[in-house]
Amino acid sequence: MIIRIGLGSCGIAAGGLEVWDAIQKVLDEQAMDIQMKKTGCAGMCHYEPLMDVLHDGRQYSYVNLNPAAAAEIVSSLGEGHLPENKYLLSIKDIDKDIDSDLFSGQVRIALRNCGRIDPEAIEDYIDSGGYQSLRRVLLDMTAAECLEEIKTSGLRGRGGAGFPTWFKWKATRDAIDDIKYVVCNADEGDPGAFMDRSLLEGDPHSIIEGLAIAGYAIGAGQGIIYVRAEYPLAVKRLELAIEQARQKSYLGNNIFGSDFSFDLQIKKGAGAFVCGEETALLASLQGERGMPHLKPPFPSEHGYWGHPTSINNVETLANIPWIIQNGGQAFAAVGSDQSKGTKVFALAGKIKYGGLVEVPMGMPLRDIIYDLGGGIRGDGAFKAVQLGGPSGGCIPASLLDTPVDYESITSTGAIMGSGGMVVMDESSCMVDLARFFLDFTQKESCGKCVQCRLGTKRMLEILERICAGQGRKGDIERLESIALHVKESSLCGLGQSAPNPVLTTLKYFRDEYEAHIYEQTCPAHQCKALIHYTIDPEKCKGCGLCARACPVECISGERKKPFVIDQSRCTRCGTCVDICPDKWNAVQVD
Amino acid sequence: MSDYAKIISPYKDLPGGIIEAYHALQNKYNYIPEDAIAVAADMFDISLSQAYGVATFYSYFKIGPRGRYVIRICESAPCHVAGADDVIAALEKELGISMGETTEDGKFTLEFAECVGQCQGTPVITINSQPYVNVEPEKVGEILAACK
Ligand SMILES: Cc1cc2nc3c(=O)[nH]c(=O)nc-3n(C[C@H](O)[C@H](O)[C@H](O)COP(=O)(O)O)c2cc1C
Ligand code: FES
Repeated sequence: MIIRIGLGSCGIAAGGLEVWDAIQKVLDEQAMDIQMKKTGCAGMCHYEPLMDVLHDGRQYSYVNLNPAAAAEIVSSLGEGHLPENKYLLSIKDIDKDIDSDLFSGQVRIALRNCGRIDPEAIEDYIDSGGYQSLRRVLLDMTAAECLEEIKTSGLRGRGGAGFPTWFKWKATRDAIDDIKYVVCNADEGDPGAFMDRSLLEGDPHSIIEGLAIAGYAIGAGQGIIYVRAEYPLAVKRLELAIEQARQKSYLGNNIFGSDFSFDLQIKKGAGAFVCGEETALLASLQGERGMPHLKPPFPSEHGYWGHPTSINNVETLANIPWIIQNGGQAFAAVGSDQSKGTKVFALAGKIKYGGLVEVPMGMPLRDIIYDLGGGIRGDGAFKAVQLGGPSGGCIPASLLDTPVDYESITSTGAIMGSGGMVVMDESSCMVDLARFFLDFTQKESCGKCVQCRLGTKRMLEILERICAGQGRKGDIERLESIALHVKESSLCGLGQSAPNPVLTTLKYFRDEYEAHIYEQTCPAHQCKALIHYTIDPEKCKGCGLCARACPVECISGERKKPFVIDQSRCTRCGTCVDICPDKWNAVQVD
Repeated sequence: MSDYAKIISPYKDLPGGIIEAYHALQNKYNYIPEDAIAVAADMFDISLSQAYGVATFYSYFKIGPRGRYVIRICESAPCHVAGADDVIAALEKELGISMGETTEDGKFTLEFAECVGQCQGTPVITINSQPYVNVEPEKVGEILAACK
């Protein structure tokens, strides 16, 4: 019998460590001989803290646990009894239908080990076939054959742009220099994205193995992982994994007795979104301000300290060992015509089951959101899904049947991006959302090129005044014109994609912009300057609850008679709406 | 005597090591002491303005004192939509300071952060880089009380 507890940073934040301690205590007290294992995140973040009990070829998943409940369940394990209580989510046959149920429709390639193995134990990774792909390329394949296999797989970069991975590797390989580098981009900064964090925390060795294989294919002896400082657990597990890999000689000189030598180092970012852009990342690695530069030259010719460098995303690299192990054909068999394999998405926002899912490319958005994500949380209706964070766009309900592949998503005006999917219901104002993303890009703009520095600022100002009820005639057209300029002429991807949230909301929710400007209303009732709270004299029972609760004391009236809100002093905090008893519902918002 | 030089020196000869040096300083002090920047400029043989430029470019670095507990509140769109504003209001009220300020006893500092990658449980705050998810305004008192 084995007990597994999800202890990614999401599991820990949900209270996983307390559950772990409680179980440990029971095992000690009752001297039970049961192995405990910590794992990374299986993707079911909304079910954490989560415990899997593996027994007799079956996996019993207990979810949303607390320490007391976990202790009780474990107490009864001694007699071989697995309680079927309210915490039990599912029972699965380990080898047969492990991917069924919530995972239905999912295909686990990048996340194959997440939630199953102990990320801090290299033996676990080795037991599940780890480092065999590295062995295979080093002993049985030439670098050209390795490149060919990746080409066959059709793998495209998962960091956002979708550039074919083999092509980038080949360009770096063909560049003439004795020193080459391979870099893992783990600077994941898109609001709403946490796929790479989960991979780093849950299966760090697959990234290391992917990097070593990349190193062999392009002829690089040195790899660097650039990981954001906001991911301390990922850094810790990577450090440990690198140390373990060195001890087992999977990193170092003459790996597997071949003449290939490779080592890795970690460099921490320091909280600058633009450093996810590859040329800015290189500047940061060199200890400079993280400012991008014009391409070409591309990093594959002129990268880290001027040497050819291949920069690859975390998820891209996690796929590599699988491709070598199962063959490029097997990977290409999954997914759609132009977009092969799978993609991991992070479901957040108003979604019922927030967490990670890995699906074959080409699955319709609707299936991801409704079948895997369980649909909308609460009783609101679906309004839009935001893909690709601040570089992406909003996709409306009418386009929910769009398949997730690079080309189809791009044709909506959004981008596939790195995999963040933020779901919104009717209570979200699309103008406010665009303002929010612009506020982000405006702050994160490094300031090097005028188009991005000033363009994002001007767009933000216009959006701010529209949300403040001071939109002017012509503002929509002004936004469109600036957006196109910024998109066309910014220096790097940050500026080039910054207008996307504005352009897509204008495309699909133009009426909301118009309502703000011409009718002075916010249809979603979000923009404070455009909403008014009034008390319906017919419904008001004159209890005075609202008047007592109002923080600025702007509600007055006599008991048993209708109360009135002084509009000139109202701050639109909404306290009165919340406090007015549901059965009367006398405060109206419009 | 400050120990800035001692903290910085292991990174002195690393190519591009100044960011690592700043991380080490911030690890020790919870912020980058202003005087340490001049020491770093000296040791890395770059101008003072370059050393400042690097320190101020990155939002994870903070020059000048801050509290023992640095509370960062995610203000990115997903957390915003989930009610980060209410959490901010509750923290400000509980601590009697505004965003960007430090309590008089030097214990707590409130700062904004962009997405910290825990969007499965919005709204999110971090205390000394440790994430707290699904934070409700009512739970703020309890969370703060645990910071001894
Ligand atoms: C503003 C900006 C931010 C980016 N952030 C990331 C990131 O956090 N992680 C990432 O892998 N790629 C990011 N990218 C894309 C990288 O520039 C680069 O294309 C990617 O790392 C290449 O790896 P891939 O081919 O495996 O996708 C970003 C690009 C831009 C313009
Ligand atoms: S948006 Fe707040 S943690 Fe990601």
